[in-house]
Amino acid sequence: MCDLNGLQLLLPNDYMSHEPLFIGVTSAFYYDPASLPDLLPLYYRRLFPFSQYYRWLSYGGVQKNYFQNREFSFTLKDDIYVRYQSFSTQNELEKEMQKMNPYKIDVGAVYSHRPSQHNTVKSGTFQALEKELVFDIDMTDYDDVRSCCSAADICSKCWTLMTIAIRILDRALQDDFGFQHRLWVYSGRRGVHCWVCDEAARKLSVAARSAVTEYLSLVKGGDETIKKVVLTEPIHPFISKSLEVVKEYFSRYALHDQDLMGSKESVEKVLALVPEDARSYLQQEFEKEKKPEKRWKLIKEEALRKQSTAKKGQYFENEIMLQYCYPRLDANVSKGVNHLLKSPFSVHPKTGRISVPIDVSELDKFDPFSVPTISLICEELDRPRPGEEKEKLEDAKEKADEKDAIEKRKSRDYKRTSLAKYIKYFDQFLDGMARSWKGERLRNSDLQKEF
Amino acid sequence: MQFGGRKKKISINPQSELYGQQLQFYGQPPLENISLSEFETFAVERLKLLKTVENLGVSHVKLTDSYRGKLQSQLKTLNFPYRPDADDKKSQSGPTEYEKRRKDHISHFILRLAYCQTEDLRRWFIQQEVDLFRFRFIDLFPKQQLAFLHKNNLHYDTISSEEKTELKDQLINSSFGISGIKVMEHEFYKVPFQDALDLVRLRKVYLKQGYAYIPHQDIVTIVLNDFRTRLSKALALTARSLPAVHSDERLQPLLNHLSHAYVGQDYSIQKNVGKISLDQIDSLSGKSFPLCMRQLHQSLRENHHLRHGGRMQYGLFLKGIGLSLEQALQFWKMEFIRGKVDADKFDKAYAYSIRHMFGKEGKRTDYTPYSCMKVILSNPPSQGDHHGCPFRHSDPELLKQKLQVYKVSPSGINQILELVKGMHYQLACQKYFELTHNIEDSSFSLNHPNQYFLESQKLLGGGKDIKREMDAPQRSQENSASKGSTGTQEVAANTSQHLAEMTEDLESFFQEA
Repeated sequence: MCDLNGLQLLLPNDYMSHEPLFIGVTSAFYYDPASLPDLLPLYYRRLFPFSQYYRWLSYGGVQKNYFQNREFSFTLKDDIYVRYQSFSTQNELEKEMQKMNPYKIDVGAVYSHRPSQHNTVKSGTFQALEKELVFDIDMTDYDDVRSCCSAADICSKCWTLMTIAIRILDRALQDDFGFQHRLWVYSGRRGVHCWVCDEAARKLSVAARSAVTEYLSLVKGGDETIKKVVLTEPIHPFISKSLEVVKEYFSRYALHDQDLMGSKESVEKVLALVPEDARSYLQQEFEKEKKPEKRWKLIKEEALRKQSTAKKGQYFENEIMLQYCYPRLDANVSKGVNHLLKSPFSVHPKTGRISVPIDVSELDKFDPFSVPTISLICEELDRPRPGEEKEKLEDAKEKADEKDAIEKRKSRDYKRTSLAKYIKYFDQFLDGMARSWKGERLRNSDLQKEF
Repeated sequence: MQFGGRKKKISINPQSELYGQQLQFYGQPPLENISLSEFETFAVERLKLLKTVENLGVSHVKLTDSYRGKLQSQLKTLNFPYRPDADDKKSQSGPTEYEKRRKDHISHFILRLAYCQTEDLRRWFIQQEVDLFRFRFIDLFPKQQLAFLHKNNLHYDTISSEEKTELKDQLINSSFGISGIKVMEHEFYKVPFQDALDLVRLRKVYLKQGYAYIPHQDIVTIVLNDFRTRLSKALALTARSLPAVHSDERLQPLLNHLSHAYVGQDYSIQKNVGKISLDQIDSLSGKSFPLCMRQLHQSLRENHHLRHGGRMQYGLFLKGIGLSLEQALQFWKMEFIRGKVDADKFDKAYAYSIRHMFGKEGKRTDYTPYSCMKVILSNPPSQGDHHGCPFRHSDPELLKQKLQVYKVSPSGINQILELVKGMHYQLACQKYFELTHNIEDSSFSLNHPNQYFLESQKLLGGGKDIKREMDAPQRSQENSASKGSTGTQEVAANTSQHLAEMTEDLESFFQEA
């Protein structure tokens, strides 16, 4: 592979470097939404990781009908939206998805009855019972504090905001709330989602979800609000720890990439967050000092000076950092038990990118632009691989165990695409949870005296 | 819960365990035999207690010394458990502590039966019980509080000194008003974060691995929320088992009366239908209407019109004071015709909604007149509206002018405005009552415009009608009793006799200051 200004070129295995290279631009290199109707069937038949998906949503079979009572919603061609889809088995899920070829898949709550039968249930008794605790972070919510892009666009400069968001929230969900099983997923275009899958998280009430969300929220106010972060004493440990993360990235991200202290417009916006008396002083100083790092240093010093004298407005340096960098959550997504959220491994129709899990241990290396598109992985499917002939022979021998063969073939299928590493990560995530399911099943079987 | 017949027989022992503590969560219902008279006495006395709690809650800041002093003395008077003062060396010349706790336990459960039936009743009951619980919990010694938590399976463990030292800085920075010294001196409780949502939401507590570390001062809020939730669930369950209880003829009248005698009074049962004539309304509005209704009446007379919010609030009030449907239709029509509406249009557009108010149209709900709470909290008036509570919704300057027009004294106006500033709207209205009726103390706790009207009528002597209503049950019992024996009361047989006595008891209590 070679990287040519962000375009990834896949070179044939037998390419000799002394030969002239003919670059044929195929659909693998750029994604065309019009090709979705052709690509989706292939994706759902040969690539979508159904067995991992089913393993996830069954949660070890600890609770009866957990998978069967889960709501899915599909967006079909021509924007047709269908809700209350539910399935009895993995097989049924596969068949339906292969039949309908949804453009988008959303996952909802586990209900008291099968969602597909909700109309037959006595009114008032059909209720959402459990769901993962989820978070949705969208880059558009940061439009007032990023200068490189706006709306649906993202770039490597502003992607740092997502990195910061994941680091802060992941730490809090683990250390403060004790949640162990957190899955971060790229949304496919301009943000990330978090799925907290612990049993305790799935059982949280609306009030609890709302409380967790508020605990995690620091940036408040809409377009009309200028100062969106106000800190008062005492500074809660959660805020201090979040600030530590922001500080790690601030210099490179804000001062350098976003040129916060560079352009006049940007400086004005920042100074609007500073108390009036400090503002005029700094404006003066900035006439002389033009270097961003030095300017920020002046702000810090001024903040320090204020801390020892006045009572109010002493944290403005931290407030600025938080307003520009702290994660902005969409509260409505997190509060409702029945809220539907885009499914992992769903395709984003506009970009073609697959919603892949993000490996948090390699967070700083994650690049949204190298996330595989559906066209890429479909193309990778068809490319012959070394050693494949041998595998095909083995296949024929194992015809006896048809299902296993299909699974094996499928796993070989996705393994030859860029999707492989993401599915592997998802497997590890599921393994981590499986340990707790095993414990539950043992406990339950003890109670029922099954041996 | 097994209340029907009260004939359960169970051994005596577990009770002493049950009453090992002064305070309880009322988790287990009482399982013993109890006489009807004890049943009634306990219920009435607890109701008096809760009424005191409510009154004090409205007129005092909770937990100040005067609040606590008054509540304590009421607990003492009514023989409920309370923490004796250090110098209270009175010997056991009254009921024993055990007996007091038993009464506390049983009376609570009896009142559950009476107050579980509607949303309003439940809300009132829960509010007073929570306030009472708060008072009694805070009164316990810290050791007793901890013992209480543990006995009730609240997974609130205190953290060790080692842990406190380790987390000292975080604890100081998480809770308001906690210094380094306080951390080491006071207890901190480790609570699952789901049980401390209010503190988590506002980030007022330290969180670690899913646990909230709560200083002692904040634990009360948590315990209270727990108590409130449990009681709320229990009441919902109780409501479902009610039919069984209601089938017991001895209990049903008492329970009904308990819930209506006090807050359940929703004035939907029209007592004096047709006793008011339409031409009395103008003068009544000046004498006996609360300010909100007086204002609505005046607007109606002046503009010959009222908008929907005003028609509902005033129309239902009129129903509550005794207007019949026919009278109401006549009343509104006469006034609207003077304005821009002709008779036909009235019949088409407005008559329907008036009939609707009386439950004669649509889903036939007989709407109840709005309580003060409803008027104050819902549907605030906007431009062109005249409904709402003037103490809540009017600009203070305008309110002042209005009161001047109605000839309230300047000092009186000031008192009212002070109460309005403190957001005590119902107390302000009560003060208006006192000033316009020339009395010192209104002796009732205002929570409904129709209550204002009735109290006013009572005071002005038009209460002859009302008094007669109350005496009526007694007279009819005397009639039926005279058919049999001549004067000896057959206690067990004639509950309605008890009912009348108790009615008097309660009513006279309500008339005390």
